[in-house]
Amino acid sequence: MQMSNLSEIVIQVRRDILRMVHEVNSGHPGGSLGCAEFMVVLYFKIMKRKKEFKMDGEGEDIFFLSNGHISPVFYSVLSRSGYFPIKEMNTFRKINSRLQGHPTTHEGLPGVRIASGSLGQGFSVAIGAAISKKLNNDPNIIYSLHGDGELQEGQNWEAIMYASANKIDNIICTIDNNNKQIDGDLKDVLDMGNLESKFTSFGWLVMNIENGNDINEVEIGLNNAKKMCFKGKPIVLILKTEMGNGVDFMMGTHKWHGVAPNDEQLELALSQNPETLKDY
Amino acid sequence: MKEFINQGNNDTRSGFGAGLLELGKSNNNIVALCADLTGSLKMNEFKNEFPERFFQIGIAEANMMGIAAGMTIGGKIPFTGTFANFSTGRVYDQIRQSIAYSNKNVKICASHAGVTLGEDGATHQILEDIGLMKMLPGMTVINTCDYNQTKAATIAIAEYKGPVYLRFGRPKVPNFTPINQDFNIGKGVKLIEGSDVTIVATGHLVWEAIDCAKKLKSEGISAELINIHTIKPLDRNIILDSVSKTNCIVSAEEHNVIGGLGESISSLLVKNNLSPMEFVGVEDSFGESGTPQELMKKYQLSSENIYLKCKKVISRK
Repeated sequence: MQMSNLSEIVIQVRRDILRMVHEVNSGHPGGSLGCAEFMVVLYFKIMKRKKEFKMDGEGEDIFFLSNGHISPVFYSVLSRSGYFPIKEMNTFRKINSRLQGHPTTHEGLPGVRIASGSLGQGFSVAIGAAISKKLNNDPNIIYSLHGDGELQEGQNWEAIMYASANKIDNIICTIDNNNKQIDGDLKDVLDMGNLESKFTSFGWLVMNIENGNDINEVEIGLNNAKKMCFKGKPIVLILKTEMGNGVDFMMGTHKWHGVAPNDEQLELALSQNPETLKDY
Repeated sequence: MKEFINQGNNDTRSGFGAGLLELGKSNNNIVALCADLTGSLKMNEFKNEFPERFFQIGIAEANMMGIAAGMTIGGKIPFTGTFANFSTGRVYDQIRQSIAYSNKNVKICASHAGVTLGEDGATHQILEDIGLMKMLPGMTVINTCDYNQTKAATIAIAEYKGPVYLRFGRPKVPNFTPINQDFNIGKGVKLIEGSDVTIVATGHLVWEAIDCAKKLKSEGISAELINIHTIKPLDRNIILDSVSKTNCIVSAEEHNVIGGLGESISSLLVKNNLSPMEFVGVEDSFGESGTPQELMKKYQLSSENIYLKCKKVISRK
């Protein structure tokens, strides 16, 4: 797919995110907006995916979203890449919907392979799926996305320790490094110190994407990470993003982590992201 | 009355180990995960025979549950092994979200349940695990009574698709159920026919209940004894049919009376056939250090305690 098309998709994904959370006056726009480039590049450019969704993901790459609260960007990208009809985004967080507040397999939404929302569980799940791929001689890759604040959960570090000790080298785990969490900046809530040196000392290969809101950089970074798979080390990609990216009044603050825009704010936000593909 | 022959004391955890080894031979998708308790869980033989399908996770139970959930996605059938306490309470949220809510085909195999783990004391003697697990939607909960039944259950749950909690224990106890028995998930087993009182027992208390039934018989009281190995889904019919005949019931389990098998039965009776009921179990308490026999006595889980509750419930008819 051409670059221009990818940027169009990113803009449309931002519109989807904003419209979904506005409609139900709930959800998490901040982190969703910040990860729009990453998710679009991953699904439209990087991952080897089969057209039809099958839970076992045999013969294709698999993605897990660990920080499930950024479900709006996940749903938009899944739907825009053909897993379910775009009009279904209109059911986000509503009763009887497959698009639950946090992603789940429970309602059978194609594209989702595990429930997430209670934080810190995605590393372990990704590692388990990676081990299965190895046992099945399936040479495809497991991708995952995690919040940086999410790394405060202890289970991550159990998993991070396990992966390097056991040479799980068919995973690329990405940290959405926006330095923000609900209560404020990471350094104020619980300083994570130097993420890169933490992962390095845990035996991972650390790669960085300095501007995670630049489509080109994200694509190069992911491709570089792919090249480093199957070399005996798990790979972590530290993706520097800006929470709320793409909407000027939502950028650079934690305040839009879990707050939906009102009518007026929506209109302003959408005007900064004019319709590219069709709205749902 | 039917005689039950002890084929020799053995531990239920060894039944698990034997079942797992057999499964390893018959099904390539069986994988086993352990959190630094391979010997205690009797997983050594599986580990030695199938090293490529055995995963030593280290002392990291939360990670073990998540890895197990992830493995199912590629079609594996993971059996996790650690103590009951670390299989449930420690990892409740991991089980809830990544396994139960996600409906993953993980078999959570838990040894050293209850007070009979003995000297290690209350930090390790979980008495709340059945309650925790049965509250999870979609979770099957099984508590086996001897070596043969545990082996059969281990093999049976691999065939069943969905999350299962399999609970067993540490001490060597009488092995009296048939070798190579059919294990039907969700079906109770009527061990003794009777007409005066129904005893429903699970786990280590089944043998105690057999002893109790003998004593009652010597006094001319006919007890019907049902072994419920599957606490969820509960075999409603076998219990209701029996109570419609005996009009009273005693439950017996090595678990807190709050949240256990007895509680599930009482709920069934309230809705269908309100009859006098008594509970043998731990009365909302933690355990403590001691030998299994001392603890069974102190926490009122012995044959004598079942006997006293039977007498009491009959008097309430």
